[in-house]
Amino acid sequence: MADGGQLVDHRNGREVIVRLRDVRTQFGDHVIHDKLDFDMFRGEVVGLVGGSGSGKSVLLRTIIGLNPARHGRIEVLGVDRRGLHGKAEHDFHAHTGVQFQDGALFSSLTVAENIMVPIREHAGLDEEAMRCIAALKIALVGLPADTGEKKPSELSGGMRKRASLARALALDPELLFLDEPTAGLDPIGASHYDELVRSLQQSLGLTVLMVTHDLDSLNAICDRVAVLLDKRVVAGTMDELLAYDHPWVREYFHGPRGRAAARQKDKASSDGK
Amino acid sequence: MAGAHPTFRYVDRDGTPVLEASGTWTVFSIRTLRRRRRQASPAGSTRKPRLIDLTHVERLDTAGVLELLQLAGNEKDIEFRTREQGQADLFRVVQTNMVATPPEPKVNWLTHWLGEVGHSLVDLYHQIIALCAFFGETLVVLAGAFMQPRRFRPTAVVGQMYEVWIKALAIVAVLCFLIGVVIAYQGVQQLRQFGAETFTVEAVGIGIFRELGVLLTAIIVAGRSGSAFTAQLGTMQVNQEIDAMRTIGLNPIEWLVLPRIFALVISMPLLVFWGDMAGLLGGAVACTIYLDFTFVQFFARLRDTVGIWSFYTGIIKAPVFGMIIAAIGCFEGLQVRGSAESVGLLTTRSVVESIFCVIVLDAIFSIIFLLAGV
Repeated sequence: MADGGQLVDHRNGREVIVRLRDVRTQFGDHVIHDKLDFDMFRGEVVGLVGGSGSGKSVLLRTIIGLNPARHGRIEVLGVDRRGLHGKAEHDFHAHTGVQFQDGALFSSLTVAENIMVPIREHAGLDEEAMRCIAALKIALVGLPADTGEKKPSELSGGMRKRASLARALALDPELLFLDEPTAGLDPIGASHYDELVRSLQQSLGLTVLMVTHDLDSLNAICDRVAVLLDKRVVAGTMDELLAYDHPWVREYFHGPRGRAAARQKDKASSDGK
Repeated sequence: MAGAHPTFRYVDRDGTPVLEASGTWTVFSIRTLRRRRRQASPAGSTRKPRLIDLTHVERLDTAGVLELLQLAGNEKDIEFRTREQGQADLFRVVQTNMVATPPEPKVNWLTHWLGEVGHSLVDLYHQIIALCAFFGETLVVLAGAFMQPRRFRPTAVVGQMYEVWIKALAIVAVLCFLIGVVIAYQGVQQLRQFGAETFTVEAVGIGIFRELGVLLTAIIVAGRSGSAFTAQLGTMQVNQEIDAMRTIGLNPIEWLVLPRIFALVISMPLLVFWGDMAGLLGGAVACTIYLDFTFVQFFARLRDTVGIWSFYTGIIKAPVFGMIIAAIGCFEGLQVRGSAESVGLLTTRSVVESIFCVIVLDAIFSIIFLLAGV
């Protein structure tokens, strides 16, 4: 196995944005991750999958820093995440964006004000500039212009996800975390969302880690897939994982849903030719 | 993280006005630039640039592009020249998604204030209508329950009574005891000036029996049980439990509201009696300390001077207050829509409304008792 839990090395000289080594997380006596290695390279989209309770969200929270690791080294954007305190930690947050599962928009603020919160905190721009940026981000994620003045409670689930993405993108972060971004969306909405993430990722040069259960998303937009197996990460491209011999992986990717998603992908690529 | 400052100049290249930019154009670096730009008067003399030259720009992000586009006069289809493909992609994305200067939300404080007042009044009107409808529905369900007594749910009533009565005994006793002490102490201080300090016993007895015992208990119950009802029913509403009940064919009023109203209607007089006794005890303790009364003297004087109707007037109010607190608590709980945020909002409202209604009703009772001469 190559570095960082990879089946085959895909680094190709790219900068390592996230580097986890020998990480252990546990709640009480319950060990979630043990001896976990994981790497992410600049400019790629990585999908994080795993069975229920395998600790996908915990891993995401550990990388962001919401959940402390018991042991190991976590480097994000070239700095040791666990050694960050005070001003350095504050500045660190300007370069990462997180979209939480249910949006986690501040309910007392309008959508535009939500997007302005990180800008005000980290860039300190004037009101007019922030309004312009907020309006741009709202348009970028494909929401109608009048969404800005609405409260999160007035939005549908799909719109809340987009608004939350807009807030995560407020400062053009280098690293974007998405927690189940397409869960609860209809297939059409989900595939539009996938396209949106892909196009934003390409035009803004983002590095994206997304927790997902959506096999179509994995096929459509992820460069690599990281699977949480037995408290560790196994990462590779879809094709590598399809060939990987592990009962859970086989069932996940070769089960009826996995096959359907793979067929779709084959069809799409042959149509493209 | 600022790096090289963003700089720009307008130049003329072979007759084409060009905006030349260099340095770092990111959301973190444009702050000082914007401040300076606002102080300087806008360059009205130069013609609008037709091309933005980005070849000397080191770093660029969406906010930087937006700023450049604004400097170039918000032309949506302006041409540009870059070194890197990435910057070109970014520029194009911002260009296509740029919104013509977003409307500044205009706030005139007078219209805003008038609007707020109007909204509150309309809200209040709807609130009163909805509350009346809720009372009506509850009464209909209650009448139905009397027709079929097996629909009463004694277990639920007893369970609620444990929560609202037994668990409130300690706090009611402590607070009423302290109020009894305070009235007695103040009474002794003031009445001693007239040499009438023995009338402290009447002050304590009448004060506690007629008003303070029942009001204090009602306020404690509104704060601890009324709010709990709103939070419980509100959470059930958010979890769609109430919808689930309806689909099974259970009437939430019958299952959730009636037991709570019954529990509080029964518990309130019991609590008020308990609070009255604690208040008298507090008064008696204070009198033994400040007046050299014995307990026997205190209660003998109380029996002789304070009529039984003082006690009745207090205790009659208790079930009415209990009903209004329970009804408002449940009503606000069922008003919860959507998010958990509204649970908190409506819990606050439920407590404020209950206490408001209790005091208004108390005033009405005073008038009735005055007219009745008790």
